[in-house]
Amino acid sequence: MSLAADLSPSKAQTTQQKPGVDQAPLVPRRRNRHRKERLFQWLFLVPAVVYMALFFGYPVVKNVIMSFQDYTTATFFTGEAPWVGVQNYVTVLSSSLFSTSLLNTALFTIGSILGQFVIGLALAIFFQRKFPLNGILRSLLLLPWLLPLIVSSAVWRWILDKDSGALNRFLGDLNIIETGVPWLTSTSLALIAVVGVNIWIGIPFNLTILYGGLQEIPDELYEAGSLDGATGWKAFRYITWPMLKPVVSVVLVLGVVYTLKVLDIILGLTNGGPANSTQTIATQSYALSFQEFKFGEGAALGNVLVIISLVFAVLYLRASRRAVDE
Amino acid sequence: MKSAFPGNRALATAVTALVGLPILLAGCGAPSGSAGSENVSEISVMDYYNNEPDKSFIGDALNSCAAEAGVTLKRETVPGKSLISKVLQQSSSKTLPDVLMLDNPDLQQIAATGALAPLSDFKVSTEDFAPGVLSAGTYKDKVYGLAPTVNTIALFYNKDILAKAGVTPPTTWDELEAAAAKLTDGDQYGLAFNANPTYEGTWQFLPVMWSNGGDEKNINTPETAEALQLWTDLVKDGSVSSSALNWTQADVNDQFLAGKAAMMVNGPWQIPALSKQPSLQYGVVKIPVREASQTAVAPLGGEVWTVPQTGNKARQAKAAEIVSCLNNDKNQMSMAKARNTIPSKTSLAETFAKENPKLATFTELVKTARARTGQLGDGWPAQATKIYTAIQAALTGSASPADALKQAQGQ
Repeated sequence: MSLAADLSPSKAQTTQQKPGVDQAPLVPRRRNRHRKERLFQWLFLVPAVVYMALFFGYPVVKNVIMSFQDYTTATFFTGEAPWVGVQNYVTVLSSSLFSTSLLNTALFTIGSILGQFVIGLALAIFFQRKFPLNGILRSLLLLPWLLPLIVSSAVWRWILDKDSGALNRFLGDLNIIETGVPWLTSTSLALIAVVGVNIWIGIPFNLTILYGGLQEIPDELYEAGSLDGATGWKAFRYITWPMLKPVVSVVLVLGVVYTLKVLDIILGLTNGGPANSTQTIATQSYALSFQEFKFGEGAALGNVLVIISLVFAVLYLRASRRAVDE
Repeated sequence: MKSAFPGNRALATAVTALVGLPILLAGCGAPSGSAGSENVSEISVMDYYNNEPDKSFIGDALNSCAAEAGVTLKRETVPGKSLISKVLQQSSSKTLPDVLMLDNPDLQQIAATGALAPLSDFKVSTEDFAPGVLSAGTYKDKVYGLAPTVNTIALFYNKDILAKAGVTPPTTWDELEAAAAKLTDGDQYGLAFNANPTYEGTWQFLPVMWSNGGDEKNINTPETAEALQLWTDLVKDGSVSSSALNWTQADVNDQFLAGKAAMMVNGPWQIPALSKQPSLQYGVVKIPVREASQTAVAPLGGEVWTVPQTGNKARQAKAAEIVSCLNNDKNQMSMAKARNTIPSKTSLAETFAKENPKLATFTELVKTARARTGQLGDGWPAQATKIYTAIQAALTGSASPADALKQAQGQ
């Protein structure tokens, strides 16, 4: 309606603009142009808005609604999903598995981030030096990132096998171990092994971003620092680290968000086992929805994960804004 | 006039396109002939036989049945893991195929949604099928799916290794434990099975649980605890590698093929892989029972063919003809032979076992095999999860078998 109303005066406007007919009133024309401009602004926004609404808004809203419903396989056919209030949340949060999953998620995330970051930073600093094959080696280190996760996890599953895995063979040949270490089948080792594989996968991401951050630090600072006696560790402590901080906070927060939701690596390596020792909120949510067909409960647990991620996403936004302000 | 409003026109086009797009997309998937009731010329089929040689074996049978019914086929094969999500998608967009294959433990789950038509609506005969097969295909007293061929698991043993160690194939649990211990030597384990935290781990445990009188309705019973104790002891004394906690059935087969396991629990679908290694001489016996007086009860595996509720009676009737044809004697025999599976009609068992001696043990087991969903129906997935949770807890030593079962049942 309002669009039609908007159109009519401008229509009158343009009919007057035939060649030869001079001087339509200046002010309305400008207003018309202004209106057109705004229209174009909106047009440029439309694809993004539609995309966001369709691929982010809809799934999130649908997931929230689903978590309050008794959503089963039958729902897909009949469309009926009885409202059950917070029942799904009560069920998943009071399940004895929830505390295990939460703890595992925390250990998995902290362990992965710590390992990825420390090794990634060390490698980034190492590659700052100029030496032959630097570029080739650095690009080879990206390899874990390029492999499909399901492939990496299948290969690691063989490497870590207790009886014929490459790692145990290697350690055995060096006489470090006598019998096969059950990397993936011992309740005390499985989480460590899974974290180890995830660190391997996450190093390239940390390396790339941190290396980029290091490149940004001007050489003059180091030159000036070295005159004042800041070399080696001191140079890192007083020049590199403060200059790198904004990049570090971005890497860490993004890393946490990426790691919280890791699913395929764990499914490929252990399937959450043995005895739930590698079960995280993400794998648990997947199992509820797609193995037990309890879509409502799976959605509820998924939302818990979304909220945890959201906390870190807000931290990220604040950190990156601070970085801009500085 | 039009040319004067380029912006508005673009907007209108954009809006039309954006609004129209989903409608168009939805339209693409809509069932084509919902009104046409007389001439059915094409029938759509979906199954998960996406690998050769099964893909062609099933395809050939489908094609000959379609020819008999006077229709052409539009077949879609999807990977096993994504079949159920695909079916759920299709049932919400009302685009289910005319003929749908399902893994038998999923049938009741899907039938419970109302997406399938009872086969009695189309007068498909369900006579002569093994009781386990019918119970797998039945939901609330109506048969929704029929399996032309089925399978189960048994104990494979390496003849050479057993002969060298002077061990005869075990028939009771005591014999199994003694044999497995004796056959364990250096790199070689006595037995391999899979106890991973998926339904596969549950499936491999069912024979010992059921044969000993255990029941899936309540797993917190002494009978099931005894069965789990057997599994735990075999791992604890080193006769089975603790890697069983993470193996799949394919991994178990690899161990057996490599001579790293003298015996294994597995199914007839491994026979093609085993035959590729002619030096390997193997035999198949029933999975041992606790006492010789007990009967071995095996879990029923295999895929059922169903007719979804597509809303078009004529198409459904044609689809039912195809399902019926797939299940006739001739097709059962030929498919079973080609795919190393067992015909599901009991009257065919004897002839089949005689013609295929390698499958004789499986053929005998199928006669009394039990369907996983026979008692719990769509409640099976939740209970199957509890069973593998208990197995994992007991085998890792985090709880005694009895406690593990009690905890899992209480969850």
